Amino acid sequence: MFDEDVEQVPLRNGFGEGLLEAADEDERVVGLCADLTDSTRMKSFADKYPNRFIQTGVAEQNLASVASGMAAMGKVPFITSYAMFSPGRNWEQIRTTICYNDRPVKIIGSHAGVSVGPDGGTHQAIEDIAITRVIPRMVVIAPCDTHQAKKATIAAAKTDTPVYIRLAREKTPVMTTKDTPFEIGKAEVFWRGERPQVTIISCGALTYNALIAAKELSGEGISVTVINIHTIKPLDEETILELVKQTGAIVSVEEHQKKGGLGSAVAELLIQKHPVPMEMVGVDDRFGQSGKPEELIEEYGLGISHIKDAVKKALERKIH
Amino acid sequence: MKALNDKDVEMISKKAQDIRASIIEMLLEAGSGHTAGPLGMADIFAAMYFHVLKHNPKEPEWPERDRLILSNGHICPVQYATMAHAVYFPLDELKTLRKLHTRLQGHPHREYLPGIEVSSGPLGSGFSQAVGMALAERIDNGRTSQKYVYALISDGESDCGIVWEAAMLAGKNRLQNLIGIMDRNGIQIDGFTWDVMPLEPLRDKFESFNWHVIEVDGHNIEQFVAAAGEAQSVNDKPSMIIAHTIPGKGVPEFERDYHWHGKPPSKEEGEHALKHIRTLGGKITSECD
Repeated sequence: MFDEDVEQVPLRNGFGEGLLEAADEDERVVGLCADLTDSTRMKSFADKYPNRFIQTGVAEQNLASVASGMAAMGKVPFITSYAMFSPGRNWEQIRTTICYNDRPVKIIGSHAGVSVGPDGGTHQAIEDIAITRVIPRMVVIAPCDTHQAKKATIAAAKTDTPVYIRLAREKTPVMTTKDTPFEIGKAEVFWRGERPQVTIISCGALTYNALIAAKELSGEGISVTVINIHTIKPLDEETILELVKQTGAIVSVEEHQKKGGLGSAVAELLIQKHPVPMEMVGVDDRFGQSGKPEELIEEYGLGISHIKDAVKKALERKIH
Repeated sequence: MKALNDKDVEMISKKAQDIRASIIEMLLEAGSGHTAGPLGMADIFAAMYFHVLKHNPKEPEWPERDRLILSNGHICPVQYATMAHAVYFPLDELKTLRKLHTRLQGHPHREYLPGIEVSSGPLGSGFSQAVGMALAERIDNGRTSQKYVYALISDGESDCGIVWEAAMLAGKNRLQNLIGIMDRNGIQIDGFTWDVMPLEPLRDKFESFNWHVIEVDGHNIEQFVAAAGEAQSVNDKPSMIIAHTIPGKGVPEFERDYHWHGKPPSKEEGEHALKHIRTLGGKITSECD
């Protein structure tokens, strides 16, 4: 997995495959898209099931509410756009017509994070976890690779709640397999160092950076645990508390604003149940900009070295 | 839908007056809420629930029912009053409007009250949900479906972009099972619609979005029911019934005055209004007549 030629596939591909499988299994599954069918990987579904596909045009508010109406008639709608526009532009429709109404619409937001790259800050959603996780009833999932995205999609189709799934544009390393277990709301330990000193908790493709950081740190004599938490809401409190009690320090890693994202969710839990020194790796109250994905990851403090620094800082705070 | 006879018209008109009285009583008890819109739509709600709509108050979730979506949720007192008179729930419950733990939320919530199809209030998105329902029905039962989705919207609401996003999608998909009913009462919170945001030519706008448009006097039961029948018979596009109504209809002091959009009557104003409604504006002298 740590080879330089590690397989790289975009998260959105996993969604496309998952949607097809969910649609094959359940004829209630319908797909709606706001003029980004290919880019959000809804195209194979639209080609196979033209009667179950609705093209709304560039109208994200309508996208959300039409889906709610279809759910009211028994459908299981998946809606796709870029995360900046859905759940960004249409937040109130998602809040009222989907969540307040208790309709099981699945919101798929692609192109999240600064790694969208050259398109620039307008198209880099780094606030989407914050705005979705505050809505009652919403389940929030940020898969780490294509397999997890596929499993999350299939699992979302089977739930009777609204679900937000966060996807990304770029190819990213594949770190799980088809057989890796997946359950909504259940965190998995991806790296278990011996007598770990710090817990790293990570969502999305940056989990790969967290694993490389863990490997490099172990060479420096620092042992960590890496939790991959695909479901940010509901949070797997039991697993987090158990592992944090073992280490007494934690670092959160996400391609999202520090404010309101995974780190905030974990901090809300720990400050009430088991306060420990905590460091956050995330975007620090800035907007994105144009650049190559790998350049932006470094520019915004999300690289391997930043994770390692955060671990050392947390460790130091724990000791002193 | 069965043909409308004179007796039906008389019954519906009587129901509309009862609904108006209930609206005033509810608002007096609640001490907040909207007056003008609910009074203005009483005739149409009476015609819908007592003639046009396929529904079953004893089984609100009856799968074969038509769907009535109130997109401008703030006029819900008229829907609550109509539903109570149609025996969805006891008339007494109307007094709980806007109170803690009530089923009659200030803006309707479908989980609180069976028979409410969508929780609405934020303007425009009920219309969009109605389009989604009509689309789903099309997928399941094709173009010959006799299950209609009625979307009640308002003129001020049509300032919202989502209304036109939804109208485009419905026109594109030629949703013959979708029937919009626009309360064209000319007022919104900040003033007259033509001052706040001119909407005309509304007929041309909807026609250019591939809708069949019918304009009616929203207080003329025969005209409205005929328009609903015409809309049902259109088989290749959605229909919009633009119903010209008088906001505050039934109480001369409230009529056509936009200040009554979002406030309830005082005790004195309410009692005066009730007397006026119950005596049909002085045409009858005893409430027992």
